[in-house]
Amino acid sequence: MLKDITLGQYFPGKSPVHQLDPRTKLIVLVGYIVALFVAKSWASYALCFGFLAVSIAISTIPVKSIVRGMKPLVLILVFTGVLNLFFTGGETVLVHFWIITITLEGVVRAVFMVVRILMLISATFLLTYTTSPISLTDGLESLLSPLKKLHVPVHELSMMMCIALRFIPTLIEETDKIMSAQKARGADFETGKLMDRVKALIPILVPLFISAFRRADELATAMECRCYQGGEGRTKMKLLRYKRWDMYAFAAGALLVAAVITLASFGL
Amino acid sequence: MEAMRVEHLSYSYPGVDDTPGVSVFEDLSLTVEQGSFVAVLGGNGCGKSTLAKQFNAILLPCGGKVYVCGMDTADEEKLISIRRSVGMVFQNPDNQIVANVVEEDVAFGPENLGIASPAIRSRVDQALKQVGMYEYREHAPHLLSGGQKQRVAIAGVIAMAPKCIVFDEPTAMLDPQGRREVLQTIHTLNREKGITVVLITHHMEEAAQAQRVVVLHKGNIAADGTPAQVFSQVALLHEIGLAAPETVELCYALNEAGFALPLDRLDSEECGQALYDWVKA
Repeated sequence: MLKDITLGQYFPGKSPVHQLDPRTKLIVLVGYIVALFVAKSWASYALCFGFLAVSIAISTIPVKSIVRGMKPLVLILVFTGVLNLFFTGGETVLVHFWIITITLEGVVRAVFMVVRILMLISATFLLTYTTSPISLTDGLESLLSPLKKLHVPVHELSMMMCIALRFIPTLIEETDKIMSAQKARGADFETGKLMDRVKALIPILVPLFISAFRRADELATAMECRCYQGGEGRTKMKLLRYKRWDMYAFAAGALLVAAVITLASFGL
Repeated sequence: MEAMRVEHLSYSYPGVDDTPGVSVFEDLSLTVEQGSFVAVLGGNGCGKSTLAKQFNAILLPCGGKVYVCGMDTADEEKLISIRRSVGMVFQNPDNQIVANVVEEDVAFGPENLGIASPAIRSRVDQALKQVGMYEYREHAPHLLSGGQKQRVAIAGVIAMAPKCIVFDEPTAMLDPQGRREVLQTIHTLNREKGITVVLITHHMEEAAQAQRVVVLHKGNIAADGTPAQVFSQVALLHEIGLAAPETVELCYALNEAGFALPLDRLDSEECGQALYDWVKA
């Protein structure tokens, strides 16, 4: 059961959005976020929304699964909404009750904030749904490679991320095995006070850590045997290359940012 | 031509703090011919895995020399060419797969060698076809069976085009089905690509299929020869805590009870024939 979890929730597919270069998606996402934060009027929000809706439509990712992903965030959304609703000052008072004052400006602002967060999260979901973790790390490595000049270990970081992603399912399986072994000998993880339950986890964590270190040692030897010597002189099988759709995506992203900034400069 | 030559090798694991190190080899000499299939047998702690790690300079000799394709493993400048020539496959397939897509993992070795991208692609495809895992190239390794994972690990090694491959108990963690798959792959590599194979194992049946069997005991060579020659020395094998293949064991037990059967029948077919002949005579 633990084995079935999906990582990064990647939905494999063949749509143009899936096939975009991961770097394109990352850069366009950054542009979109900038546009979203510059946007001040309904018109610019509508533009951002249009951009998002078209991207989702092209990606063929069902809207349902994006909505499902939002569930854990409901609390944050409600919190943001309520805070903005109550603590925004304004002239048009709608409700005045005890110390609570709700103004028209407050309502508008609350709606704006909630919509902004929703649109922000939908876009990041679209990125992780259409990009496999490995190409995402590849894209990040390539985008951050100028930092190598500043001695930031970009290759090492992306290698670490890759290995971490690779070993998460393996370690989960291992945890499952250790838990079963402990349960078979009478360990109880489900009942008792919080402290008891936390204590019951120690006999799981200790063997898990020991085995993780042993794995790390073996993996390091195996990597050395395969001539790994760090990022220097290393080539890639899959080269990242911008294609025609990447140009479209960049153009659309640039248009969006330009339009929203223009609108904002007119005070809209 | 010899693929590997071990000359008067001595090696001991260094001790921690003040404890003395553990000596594994004192004076071991061994040569492996190019293109041959050598099985190394031995009980636990006899130095099998230590020997394997000497072959691609993961461990370096304390005394004596190890030559791989004519290169001295102690020569640091040759390190990369040595590791290119000798691939290693380990016991636990999980701990040698680096990437989370099969083909990316197979590409890991060639990528480290700095090969151009189209050449890596063709090497990866070829290696995956060789081990019969081409259809799984886009799968995640953790969803494969043990035997499949081990074949991916083997593909990762052959994508580097080594002359020799050292297998360190590659089937120890696999079920019978996975063992068969992996052994078949190893034999094909040896036969069709002429890759020198050193197979470290403690399954007698696996060793019986090799061209040559070397038995290690306490860091020394206890027996060396064709499988038939080695396994017929049943008394010696028993003495060092090993067993011969079942067919030989059967003939040996019958001989103790008064039969006079040959001890070099490793195949159950041949063994049956020998029994039949004896009973008839």
